[in-house]
Amino acid sequence: MNAWFTKQRRLIDFTLASLLRRKGRNLGLLAVYALLVFVLASAMLYAHALRREAAIILEGAPEVVLQRLVAGRHDLIPPGHLERIGRVRGVQEMRGRLWGYYYDPVVKANYTFLVPPDNGIAKGTLVVGPALARERGMSENTGISFRSYSGELFSFVVADVLPQASELASADLVLINEEDFRAFFAYPAGHYTDIALSVANPAEVRNIAIKLSKQLPDSRPILREEMQRTYASLFDWREGIMLALLSASILAFAILAWEKASGLSADEKREIGILKAIGWETGDVIKMKLWEGGLISLTAFLLGFVGAYLHVFKFGAPLFAPVLKGWAVLYPRFDLVPVIDGLQVATLFFFTVFPYMAAVLVPIWRAAVTDPDAVMRS
Amino acid sequence: MIFQPAIIALLLASAVSVAMLAAAAPFAFQIIRQWDISSGSERQLQLERRTYLFSTLAVFVMATQLLALLLFVFNADKMSEMFVGAMCAVGTLNVNPWGFPALIAQMAVFFLAAGWLAVNHVDTRAPDYPLVRIKYAAMLVLLPAVAAVLWLQLQYFLNLRADVITSCCGSLFSEDTKGLTGDMAALSPVPAMIGFYTSLAIAFATAAFHAQTKRGGYWVAATSIAAFVAAIAGIIAFVSLYLYEHPHHHCPFCILKPEYDWQGYWLYVPLFAATACGIGAGAVQPFRNVESLKNVIPPVSARLAAIAAAGFLIFALIATVFVVRSNLILVE
Repeated sequence: MNAWFTKQRRLIDFTLASLLRRKGRNLGLLAVYALLVFVLASAMLYAHALRREAAIILEGAPEVVLQRLVAGRHDLIPPGHLERIGRVRGVQEMRGRLWGYYYDPVVKANYTFLVPPDNGIAKGTLVVGPALARERGMSENTGISFRSYSGELFSFVVADVLPQASELASADLVLINEEDFRAFFAYPAGHYTDIALSVANPAEVRNIAIKLSKQLPDSRPILREEMQRTYASLFDWREGIMLALLSASILAFAILAWEKASGLSADEKREIGILKAIGWETGDVIKMKLWEGGLISLTAFLLGFVGAYLHVFKFGAPLFAPVLKGWAVLYPRFDLVPVIDGLQVATLFFFTVFPYMAAVLVPIWRAAVTDPDAVMRS
Repeated sequence: MIFQPAIIALLLASAVSVAMLAAAAPFAFQIIRQWDISSGSERQLQLERRTYLFSTLAVFVMATQLLALLLFVFNADKMSEMFVGAMCAVGTLNVNPWGFPALIAQMAVFFLAAGWLAVNHVDTRAPDYPLVRIKYAAMLVLLPAVAAVLWLQLQYFLNLRADVITSCCGSLFSEDTKGLTGDMAALSPVPAMIGFYTSLAIAFATAAFHAQTKRGGYWVAATSIAAFVAAIAGIIAFVSLYLYEHPHHHCPFCILKPEYDWQGYWLYVPLFAATACGIGAGAVQPFRNVESLKNVIPPVSARLAAIAAAGFLIFALIATVFVVRSNLILVE
């Protein structure tokens, strides 16, 4: 075993020295390679961080949301509906929620108006999300008026601005008192937007949903796990599309690697010729060349991955954010929590190192079988 | 579902493997028909040169298959969040009837590839390449196997539908399930433990014996395979129970999840490595009387057996640590 290690170490030594002798050429390849890893890794890291962010946010969502449908469209929950459900075994809490959208022509954006569960907002005041406050230049105690859908003007005082830390969830949020909400949207008394149910035992969620849809055929239960799955698939899909588009660049890179590896300079040819003349076997030359490919791959992979990590988590991924996160007028500003996922690193490895090694095998062999005398005579 | 990064990577790896082996196939036929080491003809010289290329390609393909197995399982576990009813890799693999065949085929190719690599290794160490024909014939056999893996993976990944309600590991690995998995789960802990430790001890002893005396090479492969089966049965029957600290959760896949600190990889990596080395040690045995390999095969197979013995020992120790450390009491 020891002899084997010594041999490999010597081969690595030799390979490194020979790589350094042709610095310009190899650095060019290394740069392109690292760039490819960087681009792919950025897309993957960013998508994964977004997926996690979505998962964290949805963890706080109610297990089941019940919406009423009329002709397949979302409709208000009429009075008495909550009582009709009565007590469902396994449901810890059930409450009607009040929320709606408001289009503000000033910033051309939609706000989400929401009555918090405890209705803890004083009448005539609002608590607004940070992105909204930024757009409309609001801060504590500023007054603001909105023209309601009935044409009437309503004035409010901003009681507070939600903290920046919650921005991903609260960018366009407006918290409002229940009475104000009903007056502003001319919401019929006793009606609710939908019903939120919290369920303690996750294994029971599906059964409860089935029970609810039997009891109230005009309603549709939406499960939290369904939302989580949808988000996960959505980001996976975006990431996959991105990678499928980038696969053209992987192919281009494989062609480049093939070209680079097969276009041996006269110098390199002479080197191989001399090595074989002094007793190296074809197998040794192949090993040396494989080490060369391996070392370049490893360096490029590390450089590209570290670069991508900085790009995504330090600088907010300016290159890929528009595609991967979607867009909105009031788009939240947020910092992503750095996460590295083993599956992603393994996948990325298959996407970059694997095509490279596959592409250089034939040229390596072609170089390795050259006859020493043929090389030296030319 | 095909636009999952890991799925694209797996299909890419399989497709490239099949393409490479297919490209090598005509050459393999040529070798089988025309190889003659004693000849100094132009054709023989060319064949000898080409063997370097195709051996390297084949080694590359086999190494890829070893890695692909890991990625396949890893990916199946990760995707479980996308399917209703799935809690770990079992649910994902159960989404359509192709999942488990794809996994089993990938595992079979893994072990075949390990055997092939062992034969290739000893062959390249002899000056006259005595096993060239056998090696390339074996490669021709492996080509349909790798192609079958690609086909099964394609069927599996193309037919993944998120709206299918799949069943989770709790129903597949439960005492009441009919079939092999249910029977394994229903094994009571004491006989399962006895079978588990006995077969591991036999595999360890045979491998260690072979490493020392260089005798009984076939037994290393046979006992390794038996120990592999017993180990998987033991994991289902009792090791997993101790890991989950739950008397009825038998799943051999949930232990791969981050919730259980990826402890499954600590079990499976040594187990698969040991079994692969054991199979490799057996695969080279038929050739130990070939003249030029008389001095090559014994040390190689002894080393493989030593690695196998170490792997089984590590596996048994880790499993024991998991059992001892657990708060679950199955056996008074």
